[in-house]
Amino acid sequence: MPRYIAIFATNKHSMNKKNGTTNHRVPDFSSTPRIDKVGVEERVSRFQKRSIKSSAKLQGLHMILNMIDLTTLEGKDTPGKVRQMCFKARHLHDVHAGLPNVAAVCVYPSMVGVAKKEVEGSGVKVASVSTAFPSGQAPLEVKLMDTKYAVDQGADEIDMVISRGKFLSGEYNFVFDEIAAIKEACGKARLKVILETGELVTLDNVRRASDIAMYAGADFIKTSTGKIQPAATMQVTYTMLEAIKDFMDETGIKVGMKPAGGISNSKLALHNLVMVKEVLGEEWLNNEWFRFGASSLANDVLMQIMKAETGHYQSTDYFSID
Amino acid sequence: MAKKKEKKTTIEWDYAPAPESTSHIEVKDRYDLYIGGKFVKPSGGKYFATYNPATEDKLAEVAYANEKDIDKAVKAARKAYNEVWSKTTPAERAKYIYRIARMMQERARELAVIETLDAGKVIRESRDVDVPLACNHFFYYAGWADKLEYAFPNREVEALGVAGQIIPWNFPLLMAAWKIAPALAAGNTVVLKPAETTPLTALKLAEIIHEAGLPAGVVNIVTGYGDTGAAIVNHDDVDKIAFTGSTGVGKIIQKAIAGTGKKATLELGGKSANIILDDAPIDQAVEGIINGIFFNQGHVCCAGSRLFVQESVADIVIKKLKRRMDTLIVGNPLDKNTDVGAINSKEQLDTIAKYIKIGKDEGATIHQSNCKLPKNGFYCAPTIFTDVAQSSTIVQEEIFGPVLTVQTFRTVDEVIQKANNTPYGLAAGVWTDKGSRIFNLTTKLNAGVVWANTYNKFDPTSPFGGYKESGFGREGGLHGLSAYVKLK
Repeated sequence: MPRYIAIFATNKHSMNKKNGTTNHRVPDFSSTPRIDKVGVEERVSRFQKRSIKSSAKLQGLHMILNMIDLTTLEGKDTPGKVRQMCFKARHLHDVHAGLPNVAAVCVYPSMVGVAKKEVEGSGVKVASVSTAFPSGQAPLEVKLMDTKYAVDQGADEIDMVISRGKFLSGEYNFVFDEIAAIKEACGKARLKVILETGELVTLDNVRRASDIAMYAGADFIKTSTGKIQPAATMQVTYTMLEAIKDFMDETGIKVGMKPAGGISNSKLALHNLVMVKEVLGEEWLNNEWFRFGASSLANDVLMQIMKAETGHYQSTDYFSID
Repeated sequence: MAKKKEKKTTIEWDYAPAPESTSHIEVKDRYDLYIGGKFVKPSGGKYFATYNPATEDKLAEVAYANEKDIDKAVKAARKAYNEVWSKTTPAERAKYIYRIARMMQERARELAVIETLDAGKVIRESRDVDVPLACNHFFYYAGWADKLEYAFPNREVEALGVAGQIIPWNFPLLMAAWKIAPALAAGNTVVLKPAETTPLTALKLAEIIHEAGLPAGVVNIVTGYGDTGAAIVNHDDVDKIAFTGSTGVGKIIQKAIAGTGKKATLELGGKSANIILDDAPIDQAVEGIINGIFFNQGHVCCAGSRLFVQESVADIVIKKLKRRMDTLIVGNPLDKNTDVGAINSKEQLDTIAKYIKIGKDEGATIHQSNCKLPKNGFYCAPTIFTDVAQSSTIVQEEIFGPVLTVQTFRTVDEVIQKANNTPYGLAAGVWTDKGSRIFNLTTKLNAGVVWANTYNKFDPTSPFGGYKESGFGREGGLHGLSAYVKLK
């Protein structure tokens, strides 16, 4: 691959950008920083030992709700299912006043139109997976059409998958170009790039894929599709957060982070927030820059909020499943 | 909806206080000496106070043992050795040691809180490191007690007799465990003196040992200052001195016991090198630097207090190091979220301040983390000095505080030379992605412990000790056991 590529940065949200163009030196991805797994595990255990209590916990739980991409990505999805989920997105738990909405709903391209209509005017975004999600095993033309369709239907955000097969066979250039092409097809929609870290296996690969995605124009990098285990482990998320920090240092461009898959309880979500705060800083602690891709997290957070307010755990039957 | 607002304001999210409760602990107003299986008043009638360095509050009064008390303690230990302990079967000895370990585990939370109160170390460390490791040392050596003939095959193993043990204030309970467990396993009896600023957990251990029903006089715990320690060292009937502390005192001890036939192990100071090579995983290496120097406020004899960074990565390592320092929470050691606690004593804080001043006066560039320090108590912000050289005072002398010096190097040969260019030789750290570079460095660094891609890791099975002025003898593992036996 060429050592230096001037890329047309279409990152709409970049900080130092004038009228959409910035030229950055693209690093040689075969020599991205090495990651020591044992060291990462140790660092992560420090985040997990943070004790988040009382007011900090309550504030954290509210933030989490507001960062959730409420997700349904099933073959059996129907407009009815999507509509119900969109209602939940705006009415998380109406018996408790003052709760935020979730950040977005995340659906297949075929459901974008339905979702868009449902959440209109609520501030809740519609995110669509694309590029032959979840495998990504389709030619670029198909992936571009998939993406354009979702954008045309009104998707505010596109969650693409990288070509893991190409990545693992060392064709970093291919992966880079593909992301850049999808980014262009996104137009105004923000692009989240799913690395599917469970298939990349090593943290060295996670780091390399993060760098490729960010230099190719990702607005967000995202761990997983939710279809492969392991998904958003703290080790993987930590590695990606450090990559984001380094990218920010190098280019001045802020990139968002979305762990997805496996974050099903409040404690784990709070530890993720701790990690974001301590690695990237508080500027990342909002749904512009940090999201949780999750389907069952919201109800656990709601349950914890009600516990904090009332002193009692309520039955799961008090929390709606949509 | 809410989005526009959020865009403009960065949310502040501070962790609420999460203090560990102290309601479950019991600290008496006054502690006596534990001699011959009884808690006895000091013959001089004197007591001294021990303080919480985080608040400067008085915690308790502790007996000040004089020569007469030490004589009593040594006599009790000798009597217990001759009449009971040397006649106790190894399997029985093991049972006692296991019992002590289990009782310590049962009271782990109490021990951790008292350790934090008395020493100023953060509860996260006393809870996750000090107390579990102390228990593990007893468990590990209990296992050896009835297997000494296998520990030293084809040799006849005999205990030494009475061991006089003097321990420092940085890991009070852990050091007591390091000393007592192998001594008992090998069949010795013990007179142990904890440091004057941190006697409480050793006295709690005395209570546990008492409750465990260990025969009277097998373990004696005496408290006091340097003169109390000197009385142990100079007592004629002590067979072995085990000391952990400063190199200065170590030298005095070695002179004092010269020609007496007393055996000794000395675990002394250090100025250990932590070496970052250009291919190291940078973020993990930065974490290793942090852990190497700010663990236990830098009150660690093997602290990685001299950082060597290869020049090609020096800028990024220092940038990331400073950034990471700023996220360290400094303050109340009892809070579960605190990363760096209180300096152990006013005296030590003054020593650290003296070295920081010397560093500045010698023209080094100082950087301290931008944390807020509590008003009361003894605190020092995490500090690094750049623009230093081998010839700088702060590079040469042990500071024993959260102060790191940062030097750069160009080649591996150069860093080996510089790392070894110190009177000390306790530990070192090497950070690289290449196994071959690790082996090259570990064979050439004159240090008792060399950690690769990690730092400050301890285990009862692993021997620990120094080269050169960092002392001699090893603690932990089989080596630690051999320091308490005569082999025939």
